[in-house]
Amino acid sequence: MSEPAPGVASVLSTRRLAKRFGSLVVAQDIDFTLPPGVRYALIGPNGAGKTTLINLMTGMLRPDGGQIFLGTDEITSLPPAERVRRGLVRTFQINSLFPHLTPLEAVTLAICERRGHASRWWSRLAAHGDAVDEAYGILASLRLGEHCHRVTRELAYGQQRLLEIALALATQPRVLLLDEPAAGVPRSESAALFEAIAGLSHDITVLFIEHDMNIVFRFASRIIVMVGGQVLVEGTPADIGVDPRVREAYLGTRRHG
Amino acid sequence: MSTAGSAQAYLQAQSRWRWPEIAFWMATLLPFVLVPSYLQLASQIAITALFAVSLDLILGYAGIVSLGHAAFFGLGAYTAGLISKFWWGEPLSGLVLAAALAGLIGYAASFVIARFRHLALIMLTLGMCLLLYEAANSASWLTGGADGLQGVSMRPLFERFPFDLWGRTAYSYSLVMLFLTFLVARRLIYSPFGLSLRGIRENAMRMPALGAPSRAHLRKIYTIAAVMAGIGGALLAQTTSTVSLEVLSFQRSADVLVILILGGTGRLYGGILGAIVYMVARDQFSGINPQYWYFWIGLLLIAVVMFLPNGLLGGLGRAASIWTRRSP
Repeated sequence: MSEPAPGVASVLSTRRLAKRFGSLVVAQDIDFTLPPGVRYALIGPNGAGKTTLINLMTGMLRPDGGQIFLGTDEITSLPPAERVRRGLVRTFQINSLFPHLTPLEAVTLAICERRGHASRWWSRLAAHGDAVDEAYGILASLRLGEHCHRVTRELAYGQQRLLEIALALATQPRVLLLDEPAAGVPRSESAALFEAIAGLSHDITVLFIEHDMNIVFRFASRIIVMVGGQVLVEGTPADIGVDPRVREAYLGTRRHG
Repeated sequence: MSTAGSAQAYLQAQSRWRWPEIAFWMATLLPFVLVPSYLQLASQIAITALFAVSLDLILGYAGIVSLGHAAFFGLGAYTAGLISKFWWGEPLSGLVLAAALAGLIGYAASFVIARFRHLALIMLTLGMCLLLYEAANSASWLTGGADGLQGVSMRPLFERFPFDLWGRTAYSYSLVMLFLTFLVARRLIYSPFGLSLRGIRENAMRMPALGAPSRAHLRKIYTIAAVMAGIGGALLAQTTSTVSLEVLSFQRSADVLVILILGGTGRLYGGILGAIVYMVARDQFSGINPQYWYFWIGLLLIAVVMFLPNGLLGGLGRAASIWTRRSP
């Protein structure tokens, strides 16, 4: 008894998404809808299932039940790479980069993959100057332009976090899922990093996991609160700020995220 | 400050020919003049270098660890040998067919190879090579088994240059093939495909999150490397007019791995330099003491890994950068 796909108004939605590890329920009956262009924050105490949810949506984990839709297309059983090609892209909480490539090489790689040129073994990279230009443009927009020739592992940590985002942007996402983009970045720099995220095109729908409530309330247009593998509440920052259930989840049980 | 223009220029400059490269290829002609009595050895070195370059493409660039790369070398050698024994002795067509068969088997194997990584790959590649070894061993009616394939006789190259005792034709033939294979490998690593291979080597888990079809890439490079290894094997069969079981042996797989690590992986010239050093050292050491020469090879290996973690070529590169920094 499959219900009809959600309306065009959502770019990404889930229906009764569920996941268990043995007897541990990490996602249960998750229903949500991301309208286009919003900046969503996904918050909740540690172990609430936030990263699990991103893993489920991007295909890195298989759900035990439920459905995932990108626009009106069901993508529940598509492999991760295919979801990326359709515009559902993520970054990682722990840097997942190419240590010995330069940022320019790494982003050019991602662009060549997106354009379907990456299997061309008889054409020279030099002939793909427009891909290199585009890569440079993305890096420059994230203020990585002057570091684009340094080997990735020599970059400062904050720059590596930006490169995570640059790689995701190179795939031209419709939906971008950022798993704690400022994880490990000093507080003084994380606002700058989120300024860069806030500056992204509004053609891109962004969902980010973040623990710093100042950041969340400053940059999110809507907030989803997860607790114990379930969506507790979803709403505007103003709603969430006064919601007693959220206060209880965060403060009452003393489980700090 | 970088600009978009200089970014392009930078990536383009990477693939430009540099003078040490040109000097190196000029130097490969020196054996004709300097050591004309060692051209057979020079030919074997060129063949081994070609084999090592093909391993570098999968190991050094795509991160596929293989302990059974001799499978394709041996397939090429037996195919070329059998063609000349039972059908015709024209070398180039034999070489092409040998390469094609090795590529075909490599393509079939790649569907398994592309699904695994690390230790599993070592076992898989080793296992496949052992299967072929014993198949060739047991089919002695065809391959001569442990006695080797006898009766391989080659027609002169282009019907003009016979394979002489001195190895002039052998070395010329092997050297040209090494150079052509090298050109293909060089072109490949500076292509968008080559960049993606390096991405797989650096962080295979990240590639699907960029929408990359990693397995298709791995299948492709494994097939290409198999073709090249097949060319190497065919060259050995044709230039020595014999094929022994050794072409499929674990020893050959291990040797080429050692040669590549010795020279430096992921550097294209590493395999070539490694082959020269290893083969010359083996020639010299086995002259001094034919029984225990692996002792010296062992010592060489330990020294290189301890003091030059990026191989001889990595060490050379470091020395060169220190040198250029010192000189004004």
